[in-house]
This record gives sequence, C-alpha cells and structure tokens, in this order.
Amino acid sequence: MATPAAVRIAERELLLYRRIWRENVIGAFVQPFLYLVGVGVGVGSLIDDGGDRAAILGETSYFAFYATALLATTTMFNTSQEALWPTMDGFRWSNAFRGMIGTPLEPRDLATAFLLTFGGRALVTSGGVACVLALFPSTRSLGLFGAVPAAVLCGLAFAMPIAAWTGSRDVDNTFPAILRFVVMPMFLFGGAFYPVEQLPRALEVIAWFTPLWHAIELCRGLVLGGVDTGSAVGHVSVLVSYIAAGWLACTIVFDRRLRP
Amino acid sequence: MPNRNLGPIFVTVTSMREGVITATGLVKSFGGLVAVGGIDFTVMPGEAFGFLGPNGAGKTSTMRMIGCVSPPTTGDLQLFGLDPRHDGRTIRARLGVVPQMDQLDNELTVVENLLIYARYFDISRREARSRATELLEFVQLSERANSKVEPLSGGQKRRVSIARSLINDPDVLILDEPTTGLDPQARHVLWDRLYQLKEEGRTLVLTTHYMDEAEQLCDRLVVMDGGRIVAEGSPQSLIATYATREVLELRFGRGRNADHVADAAEVGERVEELPDRLLVYTTDGEGSLATLRNRNIVPDSALVRRSSLEDVFLRLTGRTLVD
Repeated sequence: MATPAAVRIAERELLLYRRIWRENVIGAFVQPFLYLVGVGVGVGSLIDDGGDRAAILGETSYFAFYATALLATTTMFNTSQEALWPTMDGFRWSNAFRGMIGTPLEPRDLATAFLLTFGGRALVTSGGVACVLALFPSTRSLGLFGAVPAAVLCGLAFAMPIAAWTGSRDVDNTFPAILRFVVMPMFLFGGAFYPVEQLPRALEVIAWFTPLWHAIELCRGLVLGGVDTGSAVGHVSVLVSYIAAGWLACTIVFDRRLRP
Repeated sequence: MPNRNLGPIFVTVTSMREGVITATGLVKSFGGLVAVGGIDFTVMPGEAFGFLGPNGAGKTSTMRMIGCVSPPTTGDLQLFGLDPRHDGRTIRARLGVVPQMDQLDNELTVVENLLIYARYFDISRREARSRATELLEFVQLSERANSKVEPLSGGQKRRVSIARSLINDPDVLILDEPTTGLDPQARHVLWDRLYQLKEEGRTLVLTTHYMDEAEQLCDRLVVMDGGRIVAEGSPQSLIATYATREVLELRFGRGRNADHVADAAEVGERVEELPDRLLVYTTDGEGSLATLRNRNIVPDSALVRRSSLEDVFLRLTGRTLVD
C-alpha cells in the first residue's frame, strides 16, 4: 500500500512540471528539428555530393548519420541543464530539499527520485526527437523504439553525475563552464558529426570513455541497423555504470549537504 | 485540527512521567568549531519548551539534532524513547518542523505545498486534502488556498509553514525562530495560533532571541550562550532567581551615565551599565528613584518596568540578547 519514497518525491516534480510542460514539449520538437535542417540537410548536401563519403559512412546518408546522433545529444543537453540550476534551487534557493529531509524521507530517497524525474525529462526530450526523425524516410525505423530508452540512459548518465556535483556547490557561477567545457566538447568530439575514427588517435581513445559516444553509437545502430548484440550490451553497460556511479555520488553528497 | 487518531500508530508508548525529548551531554561540532558544547535537557509531553539565546548560541544546531537531520557528534539524544541514529525516519514521522527560513515551493499554490508535503509522509491524497482544508482554516489562510506562495507576505508564508508542519498531526512541533523578521502584528497572529496548539496539548519546542516571545509561549526554557546552557527554568522562576522584581532605567545623557554608577548602586541591589543607560535592579523602582532625587541626583529620563528575560540574559552573560 505504501508508495515508494522516490515516487512521492517525483510527484512534486510532476506538479512543478505541469506548469511548464507546453514549453518543454514544444522545445523537444523544435530544437532537434532546427539542428536537423541546419546541419543534417545543409551540411549533408555538401558531404553527400562529395567523393569520399561512401568510404567513411558506407551506405548511410550524412543526414541519417547526424540525425540519429541527435537522439543522444539533445537529451544530453536538456538533462544536463536540468541537473544544474533546478537542482541548485532545491539545495540553495527554495531549500525544498532541506524541507523534504525533515520528513521521513532520506537524502538517498532524493537521489533515487532523481532517476525518475531526470528519466522522465529525458523520455519527453528523446521522444520528441524520435517523432521528428519519424518524419523523414531515411530515419523512420522501428529501431526508434529502442533508441528512445537508449537516449534516456544517455540523459541519466549525464544528469546523475552533474546533480551530484551541483549538490556540492554553494554558488552557480561555474555552471556555464560545465556546459561549455564538459558537455559541449562531447557534442563536438563524441561522434555526432563524424565517426570518431576520423579524429587523431588520442582524441578517439578519449571519446571511447565518454557516455555520449556510447549513447550515439547505440542510438545510431538501433535506428539504422548495424549494432551487434555484444556492442549494444557494452554500450548499455557503460551508460549504466555512469548512472550508478552518479547515483552513488548523489547519495553521499546529498547526505553531507542536507545532514551536516 | 486533524483527528489525532488518524496518525500512524507506534508501539512505543511514552509515559507521562518520561520526557518526550531527552538530551545528555549533547555535543555538535563542525570540524574544529564547537556549535553545541555538551548540553542536557528534558522536554516533557505537552510542554512548551524554549531555547533562548543570541545568534550563534547553538540554538539552530540543537534544533537540527532534535529534528533528526543532523547527527550528534557525541552525547545521547532520545525522542519518544528512540535514538535518532537508528530510528530517524520513525521519529521524523512524529515531528512537525517550522524552519527558520521558509522552505516552501514558491511556484506552487498554498494548498499544493501542503498536499505535496503530506505525500512525503505517505498520507493518501484524499486524507491530505481534508487535512489541508482544516489546517488552512486554522492558520486563517483558507481564502488564499489557491494562490501562489510567492506573493504572500512574510507572516502569511510563515503561517503556511506552520500549517505544513502540522499535516502529519505531529506529537512534537519544532519551531526555529518562528517570528524573526515579522512585523509586530504578524507576530501576534502567529503567537495566538501557537498558543492554541499549546492549549491542545501539543509539545512545542522553539528557539527565539525575543524575550517577549519566550515569556508568552514557554512553560520552561533554557538560556543558551556560546553552545552551553547557562540557566534553566520557567520564565518567572528565572526572573525571580536572576533579576529583581523591578528595573529602574536611568538616562543621564551621553558620556555621563558612567559617573552615576556608584550613586545608582546605593539605591538598588545591582547596576548594569549599558552604552545608553543604567539599569538599576530593585524591588521598588519608584522608591529607588525618589531616593536618588532626594539626593539631588536627577537623570534626564527615568523609567520603571518589570524585570524580563532580557535582564536574566544580561545578568548571565553580560550581554544583551538583540544587538
């Protein structure tokens, strides 16, 4: 009969989300659509006419190559931002999280609730991207149904570690740097725009350790085909490891923060 | 008020003779800083118990330990006969907390704040709704139920916090500086509500640095200074022990107060010299003033008043409560 604590915390998020869902859902369609037209179609037309494309991308059009990465990258951007300022609000500004732990709830429950709330946000975002991809023949595939959960894992792999970091901060002055120097470089070098094999070897190796590269490979492979079970399990394992480590860090940081 | 039978049923029964809260040698330190330096106190069921002291006395740290959101560094603390180290969840289910800073969701409505908070206690939505309606009536905010919290006044927000803290029908209500930052009228409204809770037999634990608040609300209180308890008793007994019945306040003008300390000492039991005035502790203020005037010692202004906890604090620590 008892409702799990994390679900009851997530009910608060849902109540707050009800006030902003329209903007959020529209954003989930519009943002990837703009990227898709701007880069996928624009840059794609340059590349697909070029001579070496087949050697690098095989049968895949540049549009499809780039569009499938958007599932992971859009989700990454949205959940990363969610894990920064709104999380800071609960710890520092509205102090809502401090209010929670005066009740039977524990900091650990809050960390677990973040899996639900960030996961929910990631679902809306990646679902929006998937709907956009379904509009185009080259990316219309049943694999989208697998790519959405993969993108949710991607969102959580960013949100959970970032939320732990946010929980340890007193001021938000470093938040833009997280986006510029952690998230943005992954977007640029994580295999969204070109296969990481094109990078110098050292950068390619670094890319293998980023959650984004695994998420992009997984989403792309699921939608366009060509991911084998072994690699898929590997990619999922890496993403889940990031999420688990982030959750654990959250439990430790939140406890120190809320129960000094 | 919500029906008290609806609260969770616990096997622990606290007899009327045992304290609801018992602390022995309670210490809280942060790194090298000792916030609470070994205090003992017992709060009895149905009592309004206060911690009086200036900012930095260790009141909030003590309240956070009682609220089971800050583990004691050393010492023993028990609530309802349970140890917060092991039974934090169970204890917190029976506490109501009104924090020093309101922790409300500003973007949500007043009633939504209460409903969400009820869910943290796993109270069903239906039950929460009926309790929220009653509680908003109790804090006189029924007509604001569906307005957002953001535009409310400080006093109204504090009343939302109090309503919220009662949503689980707590046995003990913890209030940290409940009226700090509120205007006099808002404070009186709040005191009236808290007084009603006290009359209902609910145990109140509060901190304050306002002596009038402590005198109005507390059956018993401890005076804290520098992380320690320096005195304990009812407001009346503390005043009887540490002050005289009346106080004669004398102002001789800038720089001349010090010249009259010896004169003042002759007409009272004790004199405190403050920057702007002398306080003469005496059983008969008017009599002491008349004696001074007979000796041709005429202050610029004189005032006779009853002794207060402020005087107790001054006596115990040599400092005033509110700077």
